[in-house]
Order: sequence, then structure tokens, then C-alpha cells
Amino acid sequence: MSPITRKSGFGVAQLLLFFSISILVIVVAVPVLLILFNAFWVDGEFNIGDVAKIIMEPDTYQALVNSLIIACGTTIGSTIVGTFFAWLVTRTDLPYKGFMKAMFLVPFMLPSFIGALAWKMLLSPNAGFINKFFINSLGFAGPIFNIYSYLGIVLVEVMYLFPFVFIQVCGALERMDPTLEESARISGAGLFTITRKITIPLVLPSILSGALLIMLYSMAHFGTVAVLGIENGIFNIPTLIYHKIHQSGGSFDSIRTGTVLATVLVVTAALIIWLQGKILRKGHYQIIGGKSFRPMELKLRALRVPLLALCLAYIGFTIVLPTAVIFLVGGLKTYGLAFTWENLSLNNYKFILFDYKVTRDAIWNSVTLGLSAAVITMFAGVMISYVIVKMKVRGKGILEFLGMLPFSVPGSVIALGVILAWSGKYGINLYNTVWIILVAYIARYMAFSLKANSAALEQVHDSLVEAARSCGATMWQSLRDIVLPLVRPGMLAAFFLIFLPSLRELTVSIMLYAPTTRTIGVAIYTLNEDGETVVSAALAGIALIIIIVGQSLINRFTRKAGT
Amino acid sequence: MSHVRLVNVTKKFGDVTAVNALNLEIGKGECFSMLGPSGCGKTTTLRMVAGFEDLSEGEIYVGERLISSPKRNYYLPPEDRNFGMVFQAFAVWPHLSVYENVAWPLRIRKLPAAEIEKRAKDALRSTNLLKVADDSPANLSGGGKQRVALARALAINPDVMLLDEPLSSLDPHLREEMRFEIKDLQRKYGFCIIYVTHDQAEAMALSDRILVMKLGVVQQIDTPFDVYNKPANKFVFSFIGLSNFLNVAWQDGRTFAHGGAAALPASLTPPEDMRGRDALALASRPSEIAFVSEDDEGGLRGVVSRKAFLGEIIDYQVKIGEQEVRVQKGRRDPGPELGEACRLRFLRPFWYAGKE
Amino acid sequence: MEIIRVEGIAKSYGQHQVHKELTLSIERGECFTLLGPSGCGKTVLLRLIAGFEVPDAGRIAIDNTVVTDPAAGINIPPDQRGLGVVFQDYAVWPHMTVFDNVGYPLKIAKRPKGELRDRVMETLAMVGMSGLERRLPSELSGGQQQRVALARALVANPSLLLLDEPLTNLDANLREEMRFEIKELQRKLGATVLYVTHDQEIALAISDRLAIMDEAGRIRQTSNPWEIFERPTDPFVFNFMGIANFVPVRRAGESFLVGGGEQLIPWEPPQGDAPKWVAGFRPSDVQVAPEGTGIRGTVKRASFLGAMMHYLIEVDGAHLRTSIETHEAVAKGLMFKEGETCVISFRDLLWFNADSLAEVVKQ
Repeated sequence: MSPITRKSGFGVAQLLLFFSISILVIVVAVPVLLILFNAFWVDGEFNIGDVAKIIMEPDTYQALVNSLIIACGTTIGSTIVGTFFAWLVTRTDLPYKGFMKAMFLVPFMLPSFIGALAWKMLLSPNAGFINKFFINSLGFAGPIFNIYSYLGIVLVEVMYLFPFVFIQVCGALERMDPTLEESARISGAGLFTITRKITIPLVLPSILSGALLIMLYSMAHFGTVAVLGIENGIFNIPTLIYHKIHQSGGSFDSIRTGTVLATVLVVTAALIIWLQGKILRKGHYQIIGGKSFRPMELKLRALRVPLLALCLAYIGFTIVLPTAVIFLVGGLKTYGLAFTWENLSLNNYKFILFDYKVTRDAIWNSVTLGLSAAVITMFAGVMISYVIVKMKVRGKGILEFLGMLPFSVPGSVIALGVILAWSGKYGINLYNTVWIILVAYIARYMAFSLKANSAALEQVHDSLVEAARSCGATMWQSLRDIVLPLVRPGMLAAFFLIFLPSLRELTVSIMLYAPTTRTIGVAIYTLNEDGETVVSAALAGIALIIIIVGQSLINRFTRKAGT
Repeated sequence: MSHVRLVNVTKKFGDVTAVNALNLEIGKGECFSMLGPSGCGKTTTLRMVAGFEDLSEGEIYVGERLISSPKRNYYLPPEDRNFGMVFQAFAVWPHLSVYENVAWPLRIRKLPAAEIEKRAKDALRSTNLLKVADDSPANLSGGGKQRVALARALAINPDVMLLDEPLSSLDPHLREEMRFEIKDLQRKYGFCIIYVTHDQAEAMALSDRILVMKLGVVQQIDTPFDVYNKPANKFVFSFIGLSNFLNVAWQDGRTFAHGGAAALPASLTPPEDMRGRDALALASRPSEIAFVSEDDEGGLRGVVSRKAFLGEIIDYQVKIGEQEVRVQKGRRDPGPELGEACRLRFLRPFWYAGKE
Repeated sequence: MEIIRVEGIAKSYGQHQVHKELTLSIERGECFTLLGPSGCGKTVLLRLIAGFEVPDAGRIAIDNTVVTDPAAGINIPPDQRGLGVVFQDYAVWPHMTVFDNVGYPLKIAKRPKGELRDRVMETLAMVGMSGLERRLPSELSGGQQQRVALARALVANPSLLLLDEPLTNLDANLREEMRFEIKELQRKLGATVLYVTHDQEIALAISDRLAIMDEAGRIRQTSNPWEIFERPTDPFVFNFMGIANFVPVRRAGESFLVGGGEQLIPWEPPQGDAPKWVAGFRPSDVQVAPEGTGIRGTVKRASFLGAMMHYLIEVDGAHLRTSIETHEAVAKGLMFKEGETCVISFRDLLWFNADSLAEVVKQ
């Protein structure tokens, strides 16, 4: 045995904790604090009256109301759609359930603002293909549906957000002990009674937690409202923040309004996260366990074919149709031409990829930003998660709190925060460079990395490390030989979870881009705004291809790594 | 008088026959256990009786009433069979209070409110749950949850109670207590029990009759005492309780243990119909072997290769040639020391064909 | 000569005090078991000795070297204590082959390749895992994984092996087999083993000495298996080690009456002073007969369990359990039915202070 060693005051553990806290403070906490500071302090004094005044201004107030209307509509719609489809694929004898389940998850990968673009092409009151078809060919007097409306926005958001509820409820229904339902059956209840009185109440916590996620997402959602709402004067909080900052070129008043709106977003988000945690902790019933049997399936009988048709129609309408429209419009010479062979070509796609500097830059920017953000966030995330999940060190509480922060800070808030922090006011000016976008991406995606890495670390049981220690390995040796190899799948998952979404990121980039630092999302959005519809659609098409190819690569990869 | 009757019941999952041509009659008020290793088809049989699985062939009756028949494509749905059922994982609804769990089956039947209250309270009283009636079942222990499940099944006053390993999620102490409670409830309410378990002691203690099953085929249906003392075959012998099998051969009118040169004593002679085979198994229970003195000619010679004090019993392993025999004696019974030579007398030898 | 000395250890987690003033010593070369109900802190004690936890107060010495003493600021990290540890959940590293798992301690110690290889193969042979060295843990059964863990703990020849419920996750047959193998290895290697378990049968089977801990983390008795089982010093130990009857008695002059009746207990009265006594005995120490001398009772419950018959017998309001081997019961005509009367005598009986029993019965 080696000579007696005294426990040192400042060791490895403290060092890791210090780094972890520093990263989260610099990247997430400071921007958020600056927003709060700017919202509530005027000329060095706390001033809440001013805040109330700003909120009561007509356009701010309207944006708040709009955000609430859209978020509530989206949440209710998505919850109904998601729960219904989840029940259908887990508890009935609907044919092709496996395929259906996979298809219902596809909207997860599709960027909703590209979806919104597609629906704009299909249902804008004057130029939308469907509306035109009804007016010109079927003799309707006017458009059958105006997508530039609350209902239009809500419907499009529902299409892309319902998987949040769908996946949660599917999981709960699949894991649920079938004897809970069987004992109701043997008690004398029929299947519909059981669904109403037993099944749905038992998965209610999952439904609610999915619903709250959608609420959070929709409140802070930029793309759909930006594409479909601004045209008709419908702003929500993120679009108004963008509008204010963008229009005014950074004037004090507009930043003030922005920070107040951002504060509202942060508070709502925190509230929702808190509520969700409460529901998941308290309301989550222990419904897993026992021998596993196939759960009872409701025989749909006469409804089987109609419901199958409904599912197929839903998939066709929400996934196939918009995707097809994007690719077709991307092939047109000019927007407005009919989809005939003469009018379609690959010229736009070639132009984007090889000739057009704006789009080539955008693709390059997105790929390099995505890669750097993913690598940095992956490593930072694994370190922070390790301290939170595995280490016993004083002061961990602060880190745990800071670690929650990325989950509850919406994209537009981060964007505004980094503008405040990195525009030279505090010595460093990154404004109008790619670096400011990179910093924002790291803040935005830290939550993903923390989630994936802590999940991986939870799997690494403490005794695995303790076994290494008792074999004579020091802490560093056991980290290197045991922990890192075992969390590698989690790190890779984190990498892809960040890299892929960052390729289509819009909310943050749109607030931070400069003429030379457009990302793919920004390019699609601005090209569309400038009336370059076909080029924008073609770029969207290419983005879709990259995303789908990337996603299927990950799926194959994670399946292999998972075994 | 038979109450539940299974006629030629067969269940196939694809190519696998889970239950093969099972014929069974269970009397009114009888406690009937189905016992076997996992995958033997006992749970599948129970689920067919409950109505959760369709049959591939055969028919099931309750009294004179047909409840399952693939031939006529008739299945009385589980909710109309009026059975009580208790599951291994409790399956108590966590979103309802204890009282509501028990009252729910009665509400489904749209009974008058006063009747519901009377029956629910009665069931809760019988299971000692009245005090916690308004609690959430989530706060109860495993035993408490299983009592709620029992009360819920009792409330509808079933004449058949299906129990699917109801005690295997409980700790051993509680298991014994609950076993007696179930038995007492049966005496009080007079229902017939069909009990599925893999725990043979539990089945023995509880049942009037036991069915031992292996790979979907019935091995023996008998009283617990006869299943233990007159096992129908080698499988039943080995499944019920601890067992030893000594591989022996019959040669030149004597029995020889494999791997040991000396012949077995004359007291260990297989019955006539077993002689002439060169692969026989001499089966015995560790508790039914005695150490006898060195000059007892009926004793089989061996050497103690392992001896462990386990509290109530002392566990020996005795080497007979190349084979080993396990012997268990009470802690007060005299026995040889580790490494000592000894002689064993088999108090109740069984003979089976074939090697172990 | 003692290899582990634990002195006055205290350990709390927040409000929960697991140990206070705990003292224990383990001799070199013995197989010592810490036995107690779950949550009694036996695993915490093992982790304190291994160095995974630091005590709040007290001192632990291994091989006469103090490894932890918070008052003196001493805490040697686990990797420098030179122990072998085997965990309940195996803790075999899933990304390494069997060979790499077992070879890891030698790799860390920078032993030459050839020596490492020989030593790993030798250890694998010892635990019966030869030929499986290229496998990944996911390709092994639970029992095989635990053998790998055992080999890994043994490979560096530690003088002290700590085993934390290593057999709990195995099925009953394997558990029985492994406990003999562990005992066999310990004898062969002459290593000191500290074994932690809640299973009294394993503890009795493998230990040279064992310590019984109660829920509050106190050590109630330390002795050899026979003493612990047959001569427990308090009712907690008696109750914990197997099925126990505790029958209340009434004093009648120099003798004692069972329950609420007038029958004398046929056993020598207790020595010493206690306001109230309770008779404790094992079911196997109760002899039943259809008639004869002894106390009269009624069979309340008769349970046939295969090899054993269990009876619950009522004697003047007191209930006691007895068990008898079925073949013996059949041979001697002791197959009672419920409701029949019988006569009881004792082969052994212990007297306990009724006050010390209260806490046992409460549980």
C-alpha cells in the first residue's frame, strides 16, 4: 500500500465542477440574465411600470394573445390527433400498424417552416395550387381555405407537432401492464368502457406531459407563424421579437420591447417545465410490470377499412403532398407555371448547388456551424452530465439548476441574449460573424446533449467504476477505460441530435445572420420573402434530402450501436 | 359434480403446441392447482378459461353452459363469464381509491347504489381493507395491493376464481400468510379456485388436487399427497421437491452404480419389469435417506464430500463411486463428518427407466 | 491476527444515521459474514472498508495500516487499498472481453504481457471459465458473469476479498452451487473473505464467523454459525436465523404456565432475573404425539408441503408452529388433521426477556 495521502481541498472533482458551471454560465445564464436585466432595469433602476406599459402596447399585447391562441389551439389539436393515432396503432387491429407508426413519426424530422412554405404554395388565398384549382377548374367564387389565418397556422403546427404526444402515449400504452386492462375485462367491462375508464386515465400523465411539450414548443415557435402569419399581420412573440430587432436595426426601444417579450417567454417556459415535472413525478402511475402478454386488441370490424383509409389519407395529406409540392415547385422555371414536363427541370437544383453564391455559402455555413456546434456541445455535455449524474461534490446543486436552464430557454430568447452579450458592450464583439451563431447554437442545443449524455451515463452503473477503482485504477484511468467507452453511444447520439437539427435551424439564425453568414434555413426563408419562390423551394428540397439521408443513416447506426 | 369442464382443449401458437388435448373436470368449490415449469402451458390454459385466449381445438364448459368453442366459433367474452381473476402483478388500478377499485366491477353491472356499497364493504372487510378503503392503492405494500385485487374479484361473487401466480411477487413471509387467507376466503365464499403456480410447496399446501404439466402435456392429476408420494413418472418426481437420481445398470442379476465397481446391496433391486435394462435411475429424496451403521448390509457405501450446516438442516453430499447423492438430515440427527466413509439406506427408492 | 479493524465508525446520510460507534475486527484467513435485513447498513460498512464511502468519524485499519480516519485527515483511495471486490450486479465491463476484464487489474499494475496472460488464464481456470476468454459479457449467463467478476477480484492475489451479496441475482440452483465454490476457493487460496448478505442460509453455510446486524445497524451477536443458530443471545438473532416460535408464559411459583391455561411448560425454568419471560424454540424442536405426557394442544392448521408437514398448534390461546418430515410423520402415525388434539414436548427451548422481544414482534 502506498503512503498515506491527505484528501486535497481542490481536486479533479472541483475542477470539473468549475468548468461545467463556467460553460453553462457563459453560454446560457449570462444571456438570459442580460435579457432580464435589460427588461427590468432602466438607467440603472428597477422599473416594473415600464415593463407593464410595454406589454400593454397594442402590438405587443396582440402578439402575446396570438401566441396564446396559437399555442392553445395547437396543443388541443395535437393532443387529440396524437392520442387517437397512438391508441389506434397500439390497441386496435388496424392493418399495417408498424408502417403507420413509422410514418406518424416522420413529421419529427421535417422542419415545420418548410412545411409551412409548402402549405403556403398549396393554400394561399390567391396563388395556392388547391385554391386555384377550385376557382379555375371547379368554378368556385373564391378560395376554399385561407392558410394565412389562425386556423391555418394552428393546422400546420398540429401536423408537425402531434408526434410529441403520439410518441409519449404510444410508449406508455406499450409499456403498460396488460393485466390492468384484463382485470377490468374480467370484472365485466367491455372494451370501450375499459378504454374510457381505465386505459385513458392511466396514460393521462403521458398525454399531459406530451401536451405541455407541444405548448412550450408552439409558444416559442418562429417558422410557421413567420411564413404564414406575417403576411396577414399575425405576429406571435418570437416573430415580433424578430420583427422589432430586424426592422429597427437595434434601436434601444426595440431591444427593450424584445427583452420584455423574451422575459414573458422565459417565464412561461419555466412554468410549463415546472408543471411537466410535477405531473411526471406525482401523477405517474406505476403501470409497468408483470408477465408480458400482447395487450388486448379492439376488433375494429366494420371500421377497420375506413380507419385505415383515414390514416393513409392523413399521411398522404400531411407528409406526401407537402413534400411533393416542395420538390415540384423547386423544379419549375418560374413560380405559377403548371406542373408539366416542359416546365420542370433540375436546373434550379444545379444552380443552387454549383452557381448561386448565396445558397452555396448557406450550405457551407450550416454544415460547418452544425459540425462545430455538435462537437463542442457533445464534449461539454458529457462533462457536465458526468458531474451531475455521477459525482458527489459540494456545489453540485448549482450545476443541477444551471443544467435545467437550457431546457427552458426558447431559441429566440437565446438569440436576443447573445446579441446583448456579444455585441461589443462587454468587450467582445461577435455581431455579424458566424461566431455569434455558433455561440447561440451551443446554448440552444446544450439541452439535447445533456439529455442524451445523462441517459447514457445513468446506464453506467456506479459499481462498474467502483470495480475499476478496486482493481487499482485511479479516477482518471477508470474514466478513460470504463466510462468513456461506455458512454460513446450517448455521445454519438448527442452529436447527431445536434448536427441534424442545426442544418435546418431558423429561429436563432434569422436573428443573427449577416449577409455573408446565412444558414440554409435563413436562405430558404429570405429567398422566399424576396419572391424567389422556386429557388427557395429547390433549396428546401435539398435540405429535405440531406435531413432524410442523415436521419436514416443515424437510424441504421444507432440500431447497430444499440445492440 | 364437475363445474368447470375442459374437453380436449388444445392451443397452438404457430408450430408450437402450448397445450395438447387437455381434459379436465374441476368440481364446485374445489381448489385446483396447475403446476409446472415456465412454458408448460399452465398460464395459457388459465387464460383460455378466462376467455383471453381463443382455443385451437376443444371446448370449455361452465356447468352445462358452453363458453368456448372454436368449432362453433363461439366465445363468451371474458366480461360476461362472471369469473374473478387475480394476476401476479396485482393489476390494481392506481387512479382509483381502494374502495373504488372494489366497487368498480359492481358499477359496471349497474347494481343499485346500496347493493354496491354493501358488497364492496363486505369484500373489503373479508380482506381486512376497510381501514384503508379511501387510500390510494399506490400507498399499499405488495400484500396490500394483492388484497385489493382479491377483494375486487370477490365483490362480484364469482363461482370461479382464477389465480395467476398471485403470490410470486410477494416476499416469502407474506406469501405464506396470504396462502392461508385465500384458503379461508374460499371456505367462506365457496367459490372454486383454479390456481396457477410454479411453486410446488404453495400448490401442495393450498390445493385439493394438483395438475402437473410439462410442455403442454398433462403428467399427473392427483391429490397433493399422492403427487408427492406416488409420482406418475420421473418428471413429476423431479419437479416436486428435491430429488437424487443415481444412474445404475442391471447386470447378471444385480444392480451396479455407473462409475462404481461394487454392486448395490440386495435391498436395492429394481422391480421385475425394470430389470434387464442397462440404463436405470434410482430416484430418492434427500430427506428420505438414512445414515446407517457400517455393519448394516443393506446400506450403500459412500464418502461424505461436502457437509454444510444450514440451520434447521444439515446438507450432505455423498460420493458413490463417480456419482453424488444429496442427503438432508435434521440438525439434531447424527451424521458423519466431512471426508468420512458412510453407509446410506434409501428409505423409499423409486426406479425409472433411462439415464438422468 | 486481525486483518481488518473497524473502530467507532459513524456514518450518516443527511438525517439518516446508518452507523454509530460501530466496532468490528476480522481475522486473517477467515470467512466472515455480515448478515442482516435489507437496509441495515451492512453494504455501507463494506463500502466504507473498500473506500467508496468516507465515514463521518472512526477509524478503519487494513493490515495494520490506517486507511481511513477523518479526524486525522487520512483517506486512502480505493485503488490503493489492494482489495478484491465483487458486487451484487456483477459490474463486469460490457465493452471488454472476459480476458480483458480479468486482466485489467494486472494491466493497471503494468505487469509484463506474458505474465499477465498466464495469470489471467490460471485464474479463469480456477473459476471454471477456461475457453470463454474471448467472449463478451453479453454472451454470458448471469452465473458466468459473476465468475468473471470473481476472477477479476482474485487475479491480483489480494489478501482480502469483499463480496457484496454476490449471489442474490442468481437463480436458486446456481446460488447453491456458487456458495460452495466460493467457500472452496477461499479455503484453497487462504484469502480473508468479508461476505455481506441478507440470506441466513448462505451465511451459515460458508462462514467461519458471522455478525448479525439489526435494522438500526447495530451488531447483535458475533460468533460461529452453530452458536448463532443454537445459542442466540437475543430474540432478534433467534428470529432472524429461521422460523421462530415465541410463546408467552405465566409465572406460577417456580414454574411457568403456557398461554392462558394451567399447563406447566415441561422445561427447566430460566436463570436470572426478568419481570416477564418468553419461551423461544424452533418448529423442529417441538415433538408432537397423538397422546402421552406433555402439554395438550389442538391442531389448528395442517399444511402438507411435500417433504415436510407443517402444523399450527394452539395451546391455551398460544399458537406455535411445528414441522416434521412427511415420511417420518407417515411412518409414526403423526399425520394430524385440523381440529385433532395432540401432545407436545420439547427437544430444546430458550428463555428470552419479554421486553427485548417487543421490538422483534413489532416488525
